[in-house]
Amino acid sequence: MSKNKSKNSVVEWIDYRLPIFTFLNHELNEYPTPKNLNYFWNFGSLAGITLVVMIITGIVLSMNYTAHVDYAFDSVERIMRDVNHGWLLRYIHMNGASFFFIVVYIHIFRGLYYGSYKAPREILWILGVLILLLMMATAFMGYVLPWGQMSFWGATVITNLFSAVPLVGESIVTWLWGGFSVDNPTLNRFFSLHYLLPFLIVGLVILHLVALHRFGSNNPIGIDAKGKQDTIPFHPYYTIKDLFGLSVFATIFAAAVFFFPNFMGHPDNYIPANAMQTPAHIVPEWYFLPFYAILRAIPDKLGGVLFMFGAIAVLFILPWLDKSPIRSSQFRPIYKLFFWILVFDCILLGYLGAKPAEGIYVLLSRVATGYYFFHFIILLPLLPNIEKTRPLPISISEPILSSSSFSTAAAVREKK
Amino acid sequence: MCKNITFKIYFFVIFLCLGKTCLAASTDIEYPSQDWSFSGIFGTFDKASAQRGFQVYREVCSGCHGMKLLSYRHLSGLGYNNEELKALSAQFEITDGPNDDGESFVRPGRPSDTFVSPYPNEQAARAANGGAYPPDLSLIVKARADGANYLHALLSGYKEAPKDFNVPEGMYYNTYYPGKLIGMPQPIYEDGVEYADGTKASELQMSKDVTTFLAWASEPEMENRKRLGVTVISFLIVFSILAYFSMKQIWAPIKKKV
Repeated sequence: MSKNKSKNSVVEWIDYRLPIFTFLNHELNEYPTPKNLNYFWNFGSLAGITLVVMIITGIVLSMNYTAHVDYAFDSVERIMRDVNHGWLLRYIHMNGASFFFIVVYIHIFRGLYYGSYKAPREILWILGVLILLLMMATAFMGYVLPWGQMSFWGATVITNLFSAVPLVGESIVTWLWGGFSVDNPTLNRFFSLHYLLPFLIVGLVILHLVALHRFGSNNPIGIDAKGKQDTIPFHPYYTIKDLFGLSVFATIFAAAVFFFPNFMGHPDNYIPANAMQTPAHIVPEWYFLPFYAILRAIPDKLGGVLFMFGAIAVLFILPWLDKSPIRSSQFRPIYKLFFWILVFDCILLGYLGAKPAEGIYVLLSRVATGYYFFHFIILLPLLPNIEKTRPLPISISEPILSSSSFSTAAAVREKK
Repeated sequence: MCKNITFKIYFFVIFLCLGKTCLAASTDIEYPSQDWSFSGIFGTFDKASAQRGFQVYREVCSGCHGMKLLSYRHLSGLGYNNEELKALSAQFEITDGPNDDGESFVRPGRPSDTFVSPYPNEQAARAANGGAYPPDLSLIVKARADGANYLHALLSGYKEAPKDFNVPEGMYYNTYYPGKLIGMPQPIYEDGVEYADGTKASELQMSKDVTTFLAWASEPEMENRKRLGVTVISFLIVFSILAYFSMKQIWAPIKKKV
């Protein structure tokens, strides 16, 4: 704590040598935050908390898990049946993965809607996309660990994607498997990496926060804070707001864990893995479905893989694709419309990913895939040329008062 | 602000629907919905029914189907006490070993033993069942979409095959089995067991009882889970309300400042 506040001499003694209290005070207490953040700004802290919950439950689960093809399935069932509250740990971890993606997807679309990726927050955004990539790898490998039917066949399908690489594809797949099929070495390395990657995510999250605190949060109207009147200290205003958001989130999360724990899972994963028997439909977890739809929309295997990874890769260069200097959609009527079309497009892709690749679904997948890339690669660079943006308010303080004074402020500005 | 909360819920519903879609992708046949004691957030297992179901499993199903994830001690969840479990498990013969002479030996079961399997291995099971493998039933209700309704429908789904439908030797026609041809002959017949509690063993009764038992076997933690859930969620709702009004109070000066 800063010198004038701290009464505790031990704290002061430490802080003089290791300014950890000054640091915490600066970043969590006085940290100036725009005063007009809405509830969509809750999802960042929710994602961080979910990550911690996943790591804690995961560490305890791993104490009871056996990473071996002959024992993995039964060891998970032992957790469910014989470990004290093991079912609770596993259901939290299992549903936590889904909720982590729900929270992170909302967090990402928040960024898209309010232009949070624009200068000077490009690196902040890129770190976020890296976190998403690592999350996907972690979630995929975690889903393999219970060694059910979907675990095994999901692992087979996804690792086989790398065989599309020209020349060395087959060798890469053999290298990934540690053998000539998905087997015990595959399960062992997936377990090892599933334990490792979350800690890399923690590292990236720390960098994400460092980059965030450099310029502070973006806000719903997307203009920079112009001074003290536009910001409030993080504590107590946003700590209490995040706490409220967390309690609502936890309520919904608990409802899933306690009452519908298998709603977002697939029943086939309660059948032990069997290399001799392919399930009728191999479907990934719901959070991969949009990408799965893109993969299957392209008639060529290598093309499908490239487009699927391209769907993420395009997010890395998003800050330079979107040429409009205006951040918030509130002042970009055309972008706002296309944003909602993109949301619909992604949900449609998710729906199509769950359907068999036949008939009308193939055509729709291609259209939806085409639109996804059209949005980022063609629409965003060209839009500023034709879009007439609404006038920006003078500062954050004025529009926050009420919606009526916001419109008058805008009107005043227009008259000028 | 209300609008934002609505948005949140809206997003959540969309994602839930999305999840539901991938589940729906694997269910092609609709099963008639039964009124299960264990459905709903306050549902509990009808213990008497589950105990009768265990009797059906023991006398009918266990001839071919194992339940290797269950131990006899787990049956305490159906209301059996320790003495009953000791007596019950002692009725089974367990092959144990090796003893000090290096030999396997047979002894009476103990509550800590897992359910005795009908066959020593999968090959033996297939050989005895015309190539078909009777699946382990420990998780069967969780491992099938709409598991309880599916099982009940399947057990009562044996019908006369249509005239133009060719039923090969060793296969049976069942309206609810994917492909309609199943390797399992109709297992449940009226009075197939004599219930210890005197309940009339109609086909419907037996199939409901055994489904209840298997639903319990798939999710033995369910009653605890739901009970704890009610407590946790009640707490969280109260906590959310307190957090909401604390937030309102803390934010009041900011919102008021003109």
